[in-house]
Amino acid sequence: MLKRSVGAAGCPAVTGERYRIMSCTGKVALAIRVVPRKILSVPWWMEIFLFTVTSFSRTCFELGPSGQLGWYRGIVSPSLHRDGDFLFKVSVHTIMGVEYMTSYWDAHHETMSRDQLAEIQTKRLKTLVERVYTSVPFYRQAFQEKGITPGDIKSLEDLKSLPFTTKKDLRDTYPFGLFAVPRSEIVRMHASSGTTGKPIVVGYTKKDLDTWSDLVARCFSMAGGTKEDVVQNAYGYGLFTGGLGIHYGAERLGATIVPISGGNTARQIMLMQDFQTSILTCTPSYALYLADEIHAAGVDLGTLHLKVGIFGAEPWSNNMRRQLEEKLGIRAHDIYGLSEVLGPGVAMECPCQNGLHVFEDHFIPEIIDPVTEQPLPYGEKGELVFTTLTKEGFPVIRYRTKDISTLYPEVCECGRTHLRMERITGRTDDMLIIRGVNVFPSQIESVLLEFGETEPHYLLVVDRKASLDDLEIQVELSANMFSDKIAGLEVLERRLRERILSVLGISAKIKLVEPKSLPRSEGKAKRVIDRREL
Amino acid sequence: MRVQQISIFLENKKGRLAKVTEVLGENQINIRALSIADTTDFGILRLIVNKPQLAYQVLKEAGFTVSTTDVIAVEVTDQPGGLSNILRHLDKVGINIEYLYAFVTQTTSAALIVFRVEQVDEAIKVLQGNSIRIVPGDEVYQI
Ligand SMILES: [Zn+2]
Repeated sequence: MLKRSVGAAGCPAVTGERYRIMSCTGKVALAIRVVPRKILSVPWWMEIFLFTVTSFSRTCFELGPSGQLGWYRGIVSPSLHRDGDFLFKVSVHTIMGVEYMTSYWDAHHETMSRDQLAEIQTKRLKTLVERVYTSVPFYRQAFQEKGITPGDIKSLEDLKSLPFTTKKDLRDTYPFGLFAVPRSEIVRMHASSGTTGKPIVVGYTKKDLDTWSDLVARCFSMAGGTKEDVVQNAYGYGLFTGGLGIHYGAERLGATIVPISGGNTARQIMLMQDFQTSILTCTPSYALYLADEIHAAGVDLGTLHLKVGIFGAEPWSNNMRRQLEEKLGIRAHDIYGLSEVLGPGVAMECPCQNGLHVFEDHFIPEIIDPVTEQPLPYGEKGELVFTTLTKEGFPVIRYRTKDISTLYPEVCECGRTHLRMERITGRTDDMLIIRGVNVFPSQIESVLLEFGETEPHYLLVVDRKASLDDLEIQVELSANMFSDKIAGLEVLERRLRERILSVLGISAKIKLVEPKSLPRSEGKAKRVIDRREL
Repeated sequence: MRVQQISIFLENKKGRLAKVTEVLGENQINIRALSIADTTDFGILRLIVNKPQLAYQVLKEAGFTVSTTDVIAVEVTDQPGGLSNILRHLDKVGINIEYLYAFVTQTTSAALIVFRVEQVDEAIKVLQGNSIRIVPGDEVYQI
């Protein structure tokens, strides 16, 4: 097994030795040869020629050994043909000197071309629209109000003409109003906690559960999970989709699942040691708590077998990721899902940790301006909207998640073609409109992170002076931003102001304040004070 | 030869300076010299104390944004031209003074000038070369 990193040392010098490629499940073994000077000078990429191909699996490979090279693990992505040989682009990922792996659970769907994907989506969208129109009165009426019949939906473009579905619609049709199959076809129900009034209820057919398990297995596989792993599932079991969703996905993968559910930290740590848990699944905040408890208990990390964490069900930051990875010695992956759309398994972060791949063969994501409801182009921040393509029991059309994200279309280094969504950076409920511009508190946060803040604390104060909106950003000054010269702090204020202007497109007054002087309630920061009387 | 100065970020709000002195007092830390530079919104409090390390630690624990800076203290005779003499030497070699403040000690009639420059070692060399007495940190803390 390898333990050496590429990248920092630049391009490894490889000469015509033979290497073995193995899939991570150990089923396929291929001999490859690395051709001299076919190695690009880009650190993370190498071009490799494949010889003597007996069979091929688009999965993980290991490369080595060589005196200078050591072993590498990476991802073999879709191939090109050249002179009868396979030409592969191989990306090698290294984080903190520890190599990791990923593999495609469903290589066909995960790496298919955008054209093929669009074809599948169009076909499934047409079927979906037809189905909800005939079997869900709510959708039929909503379509009719817009003068749409299923026949009008001919391409993916036509999706834009369909009405949105909101959380309110789900409440209004409680409990089974949006189910698209007879109740007898539903084999399981989940429900949200519903802090006010009635919860939101979703139902799954046998086939839905099958799809869901498969998608969660895809997530595990993406994070490097295999049947050899022991998965400790500390998501809560019950009406919440987290626990059971992860559970059946891990079973589908063939891993050993420990259905411990949340809480009882001492027991979590004991079983983690005794069962040699290699994958931890829970909310990121619980993982952090667990990590601190592990350290407090004096457990030697070397005695644990943890290698991967799959965390979701609440927004978290890259800073939290760093802490989790350091404290637990793992790779932390973000998983996204919501019960209205499926539960965990709608999107998952690959080892590139560069956004979450949305499983587009099952869901169509869109980003819209939450105010104008107009679709936004790739790369722009806005509200995430999902249409389910394959759900039978509880399909949704253009469901507004209220989650803030951005979609990126470039093919990922891991070889997957599915769109990447940025980790959730906020909720539309937190959005402010200042001088006609949509402002998300998370944008301020990202600017402060650029300035070296590890846990930015800030407060947006919006006021209206002489019929003009006025934005003041109060920033707690931490030690790493502090200069003991007045001029130094004034420069800091100016740079912050300029950066905010370029990110938000509006000017703001920056006010530096002392640490812990901004209001916090129950450890959670209050980010906005809006004094405008509209 | 260097003196450790404590710098604290303060908002221009009532009671903040009192809070600093309270924290220091609780820990038996004595202030030897103090200066405040401020704008309309915030200020920077600079302190010379008898136990700089401890002061840094307790102020940090009390939630202040605090840093330590190396400054130079020199003795200036209490007569006209004392200060400008020193400044001239530094100016000649192109050393820029970021800020300075002065205080008078109880024990001697001389004034102490505390100043901050970017090139601390160079400044010390220049001053010593011109037989200006630099007061070492240990001595300043005990004044
Ligand atoms: Zn990827």
